[in-house]
Amino acid sequence: MSLPSRDTSSADTSEGPATPTRERRWKRLAVGLAVGAPLVLGGCNFYPSYGASRGVTTQGQETFKLYSGMMTTGIIVGGLVGLLILYTAFRYRRRSDDMPKQFHESIPIEILYTAIPVLIVAVLFFYTVLTENNVDATVPNNARITTTGAPVLQVKITAFQWGWRFDYPNNNVSVSGETTNGPGGLGPQMVLPVGETVQILLVSNDVIHGFYVRDFNFSRYALPGVQNRFDLNIIHTGLFPGQCTQICGLYHSEMLFTVKGVTPSQFATWTATEIATGHTLQRYPVPASNTPPVYDHVTPSNALAAPSSKKGSL
Amino acid sequence: MRVSGLFLAGLGIFFGFIGLIYWFTSYEDAGFLMLIGTAILGLMPGGYYLWWSRRMRPLESDLPDATMDDGAGVVDSFPGSSIWPFLIGMGALFATLTFIFGLWLAPIAIALGVSAVIGGVMESRRGGTV
Amino acid sequence: MTTTVETPDLIEPEEPGGPNGHGPGTHEHESEHAEHGPSGLLKWLTSTDHKVIGKSYMITSLVTFFISGAMALVIRAQLSNPSSSLVNFQTYNELFTMHGSLMLYLFAGPFAFGGLANYIVPLQVGAPDMAYPRLNALSYWLYLSGASMMTLSFVVAGGAASFGWVAYAPLSDSINSPGAGTDMWLMSLALTGFSAIFTGVNLVATIFYLRAPGMTMFRIPIFSWNMLVTGILILIAFPVLFGAVVMLFCDRHFGTHIYSVQGGGVPVLWQHLFWFFGHPEVYILALPYFGIVTDIIPVFSRKPLFGYRGMVFATMSIAALSTGVWAHHMFTTGVVLLPFFSLLSYLIAIPTGIKFFNWIGTMWGGQLSFQTPMLFSIGFLFAFLMGGVTGVLLASPPVDFMTHDTYFVVAHFHQVLIGTTVFAGFAGFYFWYPKMFGRMLNERLGKIHFWLLFIGFWVTFIPQYIVGLKGMPRRVADYLTSNGWTGLNQLSTVGAMVIGTSFLFFLFNLVHSWRKPVPAGDNPWDGGALEWFTSSPPPHHNFTHLPPIRSERPVWDYNHPEHHKDESHGDKRHREHEKETVGASS
Repeated sequence: MSLPSRDTSSADTSEGPATPTRERRWKRLAVGLAVGAPLVLGGCNFYPSYGASRGVTTQGQETFKLYSGMMTTGIIVGGLVGLLILYTAFRYRRRSDDMPKQFHESIPIEILYTAIPVLIVAVLFFYTVLTENNVDATVPNNARITTTGAPVLQVKITAFQWGWRFDYPNNNVSVSGETTNGPGGLGPQMVLPVGETVQILLVSNDVIHGFYVRDFNFSRYALPGVQNRFDLNIIHTGLFPGQCTQICGLYHSEMLFTVKGVTPSQFATWTATEIATGHTLQRYPVPASNTPPVYDHVTPSNALAAPSSKKGSL
Repeated sequence: MRVSGLFLAGLGIFFGFIGLIYWFTSYEDAGFLMLIGTAILGLMPGGYYLWWSRRMRPLESDLPDATMDDGAGVVDSFPGSSIWPFLIGMGALFATLTFIFGLWLAPIAIALGVSAVIGGVMESRRGGTV
Repeated sequence: MTTTVETPDLIEPEEPGGPNGHGPGTHEHESEHAEHGPSGLLKWLTSTDHKVIGKSYMITSLVTFFISGAMALVIRAQLSNPSSSLVNFQTYNELFTMHGSLMLYLFAGPFAFGGLANYIVPLQVGAPDMAYPRLNALSYWLYLSGASMMTLSFVVAGGAASFGWVAYAPLSDSINSPGAGTDMWLMSLALTGFSAIFTGVNLVATIFYLRAPGMTMFRIPIFSWNMLVTGILILIAFPVLFGAVVMLFCDRHFGTHIYSVQGGGVPVLWQHLFWFFGHPEVYILALPYFGIVTDIIPVFSRKPLFGYRGMVFATMSIAALSTGVWAHHMFTTGVVLLPFFSLLSYLIAIPTGIKFFNWIGTMWGGQLSFQTPMLFSIGFLFAFLMGGVTGVLLASPPVDFMTHDTYFVVAHFHQVLIGTTVFAGFAGFYFWYPKMFGRMLNERLGKIHFWLLFIGFWVTFIPQYIVGLKGMPRRVADYLTSNGWTGLNQLSTVGAMVIGTSFLFFLFNLVHSWRKPVPAGDNPWDGGALEWFTSSPPPHHNFTHLPPIRSERPVWDYNHPEHHKDESHGDKRHREHEKETVGASS
């Protein structure tokens, strides 16, 4: 079989269709928006929440700003591409049986739509690194004061199936509870002073759990055998609910806790009250791994079954 | 063959590069070994193809103006109906069941699996149905 | 010489070739084997024909799709009310674990590389069959065994696995998850894993070695290119999963302490191994479906693919990068190198963007017609666009800290996975069904299927993004009324029910096409790749004649020679050769 002969009547273009100047201008505007938006909006203080928490810790507020900027960029870029798809689908729907021009590449456009995403990604990564360095910055391990002389409160959090234990090693207080008991049926409560640096040491007693507080815009795994360390600087008082986010067995959905931000003087009062009622470090024995610890608990009223039998059976 | 060789060897070099960066920035064993393993997975066959592509004539499929007449003749042998894949599969199934439910299943697994593999190999040697 | 079409249960079309039938000799073929070989059940058990194996894979994986979809509806029903007691905690944990496992291990992958690729790739490269037909058959039997084992694990004492499809240690060890259900889950991963590995070997070998003369690497359709890259990713990823699973099994039963802290092991090691498999796995799931859409859009735009070489480069980059990003699933462990994984994860957005612009560029300036395959492909574009953008957000560790293991992530991965496996997967099914079964699917039913699915999809998952940002974690069986998540959950459940309903129309369409067949002919869509040159369904060993192969759409060149000239891209030698012969060949 012979090759079909070439039709040399119309010009062979190896580049795409000639773009009229108006279309080029729209393209430049779109490109400018996509690249410039994160830079401009970052400087402009334009941070819609898009449904997220603005953060009650300094770290959480940094995270929020990054999130909001990225969402805005995503909406612009995604919106432009989505509109482009819609436009193309409508504009080029089949009108006749004419064969459309069979172009298959356009080097300048291909370079453009490779370079623009590279720029956008570079800007996003830059802001990500800055934010991440601030969010994960910690005072040295076991520090009692920060570099500026402010006090550091150390709290050790132990996650277990299916509750939380909050130890204050330097204040001789220990609070713990299971599932949905605790104040308001929302699990054990960790009381923290606002305006101070709180150093958290997080560990698990058995399987991997997730320590997550929505208002902190933060979560970290509680791992067995590895202690995770991070700092919290709560900005204002309030009640901040938290929950376990890593599947950990039968009562994973019931593993609630709350964080209560109080003024430093209220915190001192609370510490004294806890010691007086016997919630000291000595009260709760350090449990061996993989055995359910014996803590005070009340059968929660809305649980489907009392959490007394733990492993496997219902 | 050259394109295939370049493709695989290129992947191998990329993973070797990434693996080294990963090692010197994190010193994490598992990820490093897996990346190096992947690099070897690319370099080994890729290098082999590149070595061979210089010593063999090009495949008809790699010649841009080849015609069907160029490829005339026996393409390859394609074994037809064969019961052995099914039996080997059943042997593997029973082997896994042995691990789950106990050693009493082992005789079935071994009998099925070994005889099916032998049967399949013998069929290859005989030529099998076409 | 006319002979019967090979598949005995197909009603023979009235007129060989149907409305678009053409091409010399496509119906004159030898099938003496159909008369002399085994028949009935034994024929199926012993078949090594890639077409039979491909259809078997597709049917089995669609069955697991529907079973898993039913589980999803139960999950959504449970979550529509706070403190609902539709199912208890143990059953709920089993349901989401098995929903994820069935969808990811048993449907999404096998449908693509075991089903569609097995059927279509040899046709597209002009080969008579896959490179290793018996190995291909073994792949299917391993898959069927593994799929049955995983699905049946509900009935053993202790129930099915209940730790999520990712099975993190120590939750999956013998203390926290005793019981045969978990062991069956692990063993079925071993079986289906080997099934995938053997299919990967077959794909790579077929595409490297069995291409027809003239079918150079840069002329194979992008679906086959993507299957080649998928095959290599399978070879990279699945052995690691097998190793991880074997080690977990040893921890559970043979007294090792690889993942347990008590014995000096490292639980996070499981996550490293699993996600080194797990992230390439999601690209193993995505790339075939990208390939499907890349084959469909040019046909329904009546233009060649825009940026063929860019697509090949993008696919290779995605595959290469995807192997280096595994720990972005582990950002919240606190023990991984954040900037390395964050940067590589961001970089994957770039080749993905290239693909998007190439799809749009293909549609640009075309004559678009919106039959069902094209509708589903455009649905894929929108679904994956939003899913992909939220994925870029998740590449940033601080943003991941606030969204990890919440419904934000659940919505993200469902958008990308449904965008690819469901929208693009069904696009491919509607597109190639005429080739595989010789009959058309009903357009009206297909459109209803699409619109119900599309609407249901957004109604299901947009509320999940919102409720995730409000703080709802994933894998929870219930929540409190005081959380304020009820309304969004109810909306999401309504959407899920709409999605479920859409598939009833699909099933009805299948039945309808069987009872009232409309013959398809060789090339109902005027496609360009080689599979459209042979009969529907193809004869034994696929082709009796082949057209000259001078571009990535040889059948288009053959049928539309006057529109061939812009096709000669990518191959400089060929362009020069053409210039030399222009004078000679007229």
